Amino acid sequence: MRNDFDIAVIGGGVVGLAILRRFAMSGLRCVLLERGADILSGASKGNSALLHTGFDAPTGSLELACMQAGYEEYLAIRDRLNLPLLESAALVVAWTEEELAQLPEIVAKAHRNGVRDVEQIGRGALRRREPHLSEAALGAALVPREHIIDPWSAPLAYAHQALAHGAEIRRNSEVTSGAYDGESWQLATAAGNLRARVTVNAAGNFGDLVEAIARPSPFTITPRRGQFVVFDKPAATLAKAIILPVPTERTKGVVLFRTIFGNLAIGPTAEDVDERDVAACDQPTLERLRARAIEMVPELSGIGVTAIYAGLRPASERKDYIIEALPTQNWITVGGIRSTGLTAALGIARHVAKLYEETIDSLPKAPDPIWTPVPNLAEHLPRPYMDGGEVVCHCELVTRQEIQAALSGALPAGDMNGLKRRTRATMGRCQGFYCSANVAAMYREAVDARS
Amino acid sequence: MQDPDVVIIGGGPAGLSAARRLAELGIRNVTVLEREAEAGGVPRHCGHLGFGWQSHRRIWSGPHFAAAMRRSVEGLDIRTGTSVLQIGEDGVLRIRDRSGLGEIAARRIMIATGTRETPRAPRFAGGSRPQGVMTTGALQQHVYLQGFRPFKAPVIVGTEWVSFSAILTCRHLGIRPVAMIEAQARTSAPWPGGPIARLIYGVPVLLNSRILEIRGKQQVEAVAIQSDGQRRELACDGVIFTGQFVPERAVFAEGPTIFTAGNVNAPLKTSGQCWHEGRAVAENIARSLA
Ligand SMILES: Cc1cc2nc3c(=O)[nH]c(=O)nc-3n(C[C@H](O)[C@H](O)[C@H](O)COP(=O)(O)OP(=O)(O)OC[C@H]3O[C@@H](n4cnc5c(N)ncnc54)[C@H](O)[C@@H]3O)c2cc1C
Ligand SMILES: Cc1cc2nc3c(=O)[nH]c(=O)nc-3n(C[C@H](O)[C@H](O)[C@H](O)COP(=O)(O)OP(=O)(O)OC[C@H]3O[C@@H](n4cnc5c(N)ncnc54)[C@H](O)[C@@H]3O)c2cc1C
Repeated sequence: MRNDFDIAVIGGGVVGLAILRRFAMSGLRCVLLERGADILSGASKGNSALLHTGFDAPTGSLELACMQAGYEEYLAIRDRLNLPLLESAALVVAWTEEELAQLPEIVAKAHRNGVRDVEQIGRGALRRREPHLSEAALGAALVPREHIIDPWSAPLAYAHQALAHGAEIRRNSEVTSGAYDGESWQLATAAGNLRARVTVNAAGNFGDLVEAIARPSPFTITPRRGQFVVFDKPAATLAKAIILPVPTERTKGVVLFRTIFGNLAIGPTAEDVDERDVAACDQPTLERLRARAIEMVPELSGIGVTAIYAGLRPASERKDYIIEALPTQNWITVGGIRSTGLTAALGIARHVAKLYEETIDSLPKAPDPIWTPVPNLAEHLPRPYMDGGEVVCHCELVTRQEIQAALSGALPAGDMNGLKRRTRATMGRCQGFYCSANVAAMYREAVDARS
Repeated sequence: MQDPDVVIIGGGPAGLSAARRLAELGIRNVTVLEREAEAGGVPRHCGHLGFGWQSHRRIWSGPHFAAAMRRSVEGLDIRTGTSVLQIGEDGVLRIRDRSGLGEIAARRIMIATGTRETPRAPRFAGGSRPQGVMTTGALQQHVYLQGFRPFKAPVIVGTEWVSFSAILTCRHLGIRPVAMIEAQARTSAPWPGGPIARLIYGVPVLLNSRILEIRGKQQVEAVAIQSDGQRRELACDGVIFTGQFVPERAVFAEGPTIFTAGNVNAPLKTSGQCWHEGRAVAENIARSLA
């Protein structure tokens, strides 16, 4: 095993993976260290999967710049990586007169942020677009380019592209300490030591703890939990656009949105929690979310719930992202990527590469990019079951071949949850009543074959 | 190929008994579409005794019953590995099988897609998401079809008949349930459900109790329950959500040429009752074709 690298990225969330990809594609020797059994086991495991335009982000912020760069790069590369896009648009819906009065400012801010196609629409136009929305809706700001993506296949594709460019991804490899000797970092991980010239901290909800390896952390992470309720597939016809609330001083409020997998979901809540690792749901909150969804779209009262989940946003005391290079220590901090990191990841990676060039070293001449398309899981696009084979998971129509592929190759699923994220097996309405034992058997077989 | 007279969706007790009865009545142009690799339905994985009495006056295990049913339809057109995806407005079935997508039309459709238990999510049972949380049906497939022991000391949620099937399934691999918990003041299954669980199987039954939270990172470590108004913790390494059956109606339609049989029609019935219902509905279909 080679143990010295140009770049070590700590953290296998969407941000770390996008950074790994960027540096690997620039021709550097890179390694990513992830404490979990698989990538995407932190904040990136449970989000809303909206591709944001940045229309409501703080004007002039680094966050906005990264989101917009990330948005553009996603659209530019998605065909070659086989990444889906559900062009839903979003509606910021006013439910009260006071909210209605705020719409012009929302539109004006969007325009200031460069999202010039945002416009206010009246009650009639809103009803024509969203006939299932409650009569209580008074009007909306339409955001035509706010869209829906797959929260997991995107970072998985970044990982595969990085691997194709020679990067390594080490899982079960929590970084426990490190020392900089003036030239490179010696990092100690749960799976052995390694050397890297430059270390990038992209540790999400553990960002401040990892930062302490390099310096007393200038920020503190207080994870902000978001819970979700996912409705069964017939619900997806009831709201075409992403239904956003008018934000208040206190909260951004919950969103009703389709998922790329063909469901309709509501969430996230925003609760500060102590737990960095485990995102738990609680019944009263789930009941409230469901009730709120029914208020917005009354027909949802007749539709069952398929899933519940929660995610932890890596929130710091600062509003903006914390992205800094410490050139005297060859350390780059990427912290507090709270609630827009899925969109911004590719933009963050570009920004980090620029910081590297400006403060640490030049980048070598980049090789020709290698494209590594990932399997499609989006419901609105062709899926393998349509071409035959054996279906194992009936609710989500996942084939044996898809499961086998996810259990092999360059980055096989590291645990059962990783397998679910790669295939959707057992994630449908029966939640494994019919197929979980078959899937477990395939998982065991693959693990046994590997060991 | 000529369209069949009858297409039956689902090859469980109701679907297979209907196919057999239609053949007996001289309607041989019948096709059963079953998405699993093998017909038989839920009894395929109910490895304990409790099947066959109402239909065959025998006491069999589920797999034995399923095998007997499969023998009774030998020679008929049973297409496994074939999922019905949708019943079109036009009454044409959109299907997919090992060769890909397809369509099939018939003069009569029988929906016999059965029922499943309500899993954790729609019950809003909170907490983290460790391994070791499943329904009885899933547990049976782990235990009887794969020989897996997903936990050693689970909590059983519910006291319906099927909850006792969960106890039997556990015992098969030496799994010892820690407790059964029931939200009501009495067990759902008729007396002597509670005493049987306690006295014969040594599983305490906690009434007026509901699950608040599941704990654990990799595997379940405990559940928090509300029991007689008190919050308490039960150490366990799994949770079995039993019963609260919902019809499996991922494909469903109504109309003069569409019939239903078995547990896709609530309320829950035994496999024998579903077998009889399949025969009775087959007779209605035969009459409607005459
Ligand atoms: C409820 C919710 C909804 C959201 N909705 C959206 C949305 O709609 N659109 C959008 O663009 N964004 C959304 N986000 C934001 C997005 O999910 C996050 O910004 C993003 O996932 C952050 O990624 P990350 O890589 O920084 O962190 P993480 O995904 O947490 O990755 C950090 C990784 O570092 C690992 N790690 C930690 N410590 C160590 C160590 N010492 N050694 C090795 N590895 C370590 C962790 O295990 C983890 O895998 C949402 C987030 C949440 C929680
Ligand atoms: C855990 C458990 C334990 C039980 N224990 C007992 C017991 O001890 N004794 C007893 O008598 N009864 C028992 N029952 C009840 C009994 O198994 C059922 O009543 C009986 O199997 C119902 O028969 P059915 O034909 O209606 O449905 P099922 O047996 O559920 O069969 C339905 C079939 O339809 C197929 N199907 C569904 N959707 C589609 C589709 N879209 N396309 C193609 N095929 C499809 C399914 O794969 C399945 O094979 C138990 C049930 C459960 C869940």
